[in-house]
Amino acid sequence: MIQLEKRPQPSKAWTVATPILAVILTMIFGGIMFSLIGTSPVEAIRTIFWDPLFHPQFAGFSRPQLLVKAGPLILIAIGLSIGFRAGIWNIGAEGQYIIGAICGAGAGLALYPMDSALILPLMIVAGALGGWAWAMIPAMLKVKFGTNEILVSLMLVYVAENLLASVSSGILRNPEGMGFPGSRNLSQWSSSQNLELIPNTGMHLGVLTAFIAVILAYVLLTRHIQGFNIRLTGEAPRAAKFAGVSPARTILFCLGLAGALAGMAGLFEVTGPAGQISIDFGSGYGFTAIIVAFLGRLHPVGILLAGLLMALTYIGGELAQLMLGVPGASIQLFQGMLLFFLLGVDVLTNYRVRIGKGELA
Amino acid sequence: MDLSSINPVLLVASIMISATPILLAAIGEMVVEKSGVLNLGVEGMMITGAVIGFIVAINTGAPLLGFASAAIAGAVLSLTFGVLTQVFLSNQVATGLGLTLVGLGLSSLLGKPYEGQKTVTLPKLDIPILSDLPVVGRMLFSHDIMVYLSLCIVVAVWGFLKYTRAGLILRAVGESHESAHALGYKVIRVRMMAIMFGGACAGLGGAYLSLVRVPQWTEGMTAGAGWIALAIVVFASWRAGRILIGAYLFGGITVLQLNLQAAGLTWGVQYLSMSPYLITILVLVFISSNRSRSSHDAPANLGQTFHATR
Repeated sequence: MIQLEKRPQPSKAWTVATPILAVILTMIFGGIMFSLIGTSPVEAIRTIFWDPLFHPQFAGFSRPQLLVKAGPLILIAIGLSIGFRAGIWNIGAEGQYIIGAICGAGAGLALYPMDSALILPLMIVAGALGGWAWAMIPAMLKVKFGTNEILVSLMLVYVAENLLASVSSGILRNPEGMGFPGSRNLSQWSSSQNLELIPNTGMHLGVLTAFIAVILAYVLLTRHIQGFNIRLTGEAPRAAKFAGVSPARTILFCLGLAGALAGMAGLFEVTGPAGQISIDFGSGYGFTAIIVAFLGRLHPVGILLAGLLMALTYIGGELAQLMLGVPGASIQLFQGMLLFFLLGVDVLTNYRVRIGKGELA
Repeated sequence: MDLSSINPVLLVASIMISATPILLAAIGEMVVEKSGVLNLGVEGMMITGAVIGFIVAINTGAPLLGFASAAIAGAVLSLTFGVLTQVFLSNQVATGLGLTLVGLGLSSLLGKPYEGQKTVTLPKLDIPILSDLPVVGRMLFSHDIMVYLSLCIVVAVWGFLKYTRAGLILRAVGESHESAHALGYKVIRVRMMAIMFGGACAGLGGAYLSLVRVPQWTEGMTAGAGWIALAIVVFASWRAGRILIGAYLFGGITVLQLNLQAAGLTWGVQYLSMSPYLITILVLVFISSNRSRSSHDAPANLGQTFHATR
């Protein structure tokens, strides 16, 4: 008889080991999935995890992409993880990302074609404010009326997607775009472009911001009273209340921070890799960031590594699509499986497995 | 814009059709939540049901077989959620989200070759006498079998929870798993069965989308219907009758905005498309603003992990 026994403290060793175990399990089951759809599993796994970094022909192109994809994922996931720590489930980061991009791009395009070094900083602020404001909707509703933030933040993703469709064929449409939907190209306008800081590394301003966010989140969670309050709220809500931590302030802080970071991620994307506001701007980063946050154990350093790994599966997935003809959706399934296995093996962190008849306490 | 092109009889009939997927998913999720489990993977199970139902129906030519396989697919997918949350004691919110992501990935992988194809859809039932009634006959009594089945499920769930012993046990498990366990009820087993029932219902709802309502397979076609179903459970304060009202209300909003679009409203099509989601938020605010009542209605152990120590 196998029994589970709750550990008094989560195991430190398993906290580190479970994500690795989950990745290995995903590779095994992902390999089975690939062989089911008629692709050699070894080749598929190698194409996804090895070739983007070390392939003699493609690595030169795909290596910079690693940071380009990881940047927004890490930035969004850091914001989400702080909320998740407090038991605040913001799953509408995709919407906050889109609104951030719309607000930032709108602020910039209002000044087109002015030439000033202040335009990009202004756009970044506008993007962060846009994402913040969008996240404030579920936050305020939760504080004022006790409305479930999971459902509200998610509903707002669909609202944001419709807004995106509306503005990209409406007020933000490129007047010189021959009537096609989509805004002016922001990455080709010198005042708004978000260029690589170091050539051929993919290191743009957004990636730099993501790295700074990792450090600040680490300081916040381990050295600052607000971080302690957040952790306390998540682990022992009643104790937090007695200690005088205001639940309303925690909700507003966590959702607002996540929204601002997601909004910034959207702005960096629209001024850099994406280039313009268009109908298909929403790329699902907001949802993948949820996986990144959990895979990184809601810990800033873990999220940094998880973001890079998830970016690798994106690039490797595209490569596998190109070279092996693997359907794009299989990568999405692969990422979902990773989250599933992680949640499953997580039991080892919090519980001890006892084999044999359990003793009576 | 020409509002006279909206025919009230057809409007009611199409409301029933557009409400059925959400109704099925919501009534299933209500049973799951009554047993104390919060499964946020409704969207994922729905879309998997949609794709499996479509594939089976197109290959066999039998839509009913499609519905049956969709229910099984939904139940199997929910079983993974059940194993993770009940046996491996994982966080229900995170696992539910994961289930949605897996479902979306799985469905677009499976459905890729079937995009744009047409399938046979369910025939309208011709009920003697009733279907021939003027106005009411067209409105209420000339639907396909799944519309009536969904209504039967609502009544059955209501009766089950209110009048049967098994229903009482299920509610007890949701209100206090410790007490139910102490009384000797198998908490995990009850919850597993509830989860699978919820999965099967969500699968049926998804299949109704791809086989009757649209009827076609397109990637991501549920477009938040699963999440709206979750909101309806809150709206209904965990009561079967109100689930019916909620689902038909939302069906009505969806159909009305589609009709307005079709009637030639030229501006702001996107604003009409976002209206069902905005109204869901408004309704949630309205329901939860009465805080004392809403917190009273939710099963006391909703979303909590059960670990038997004795």
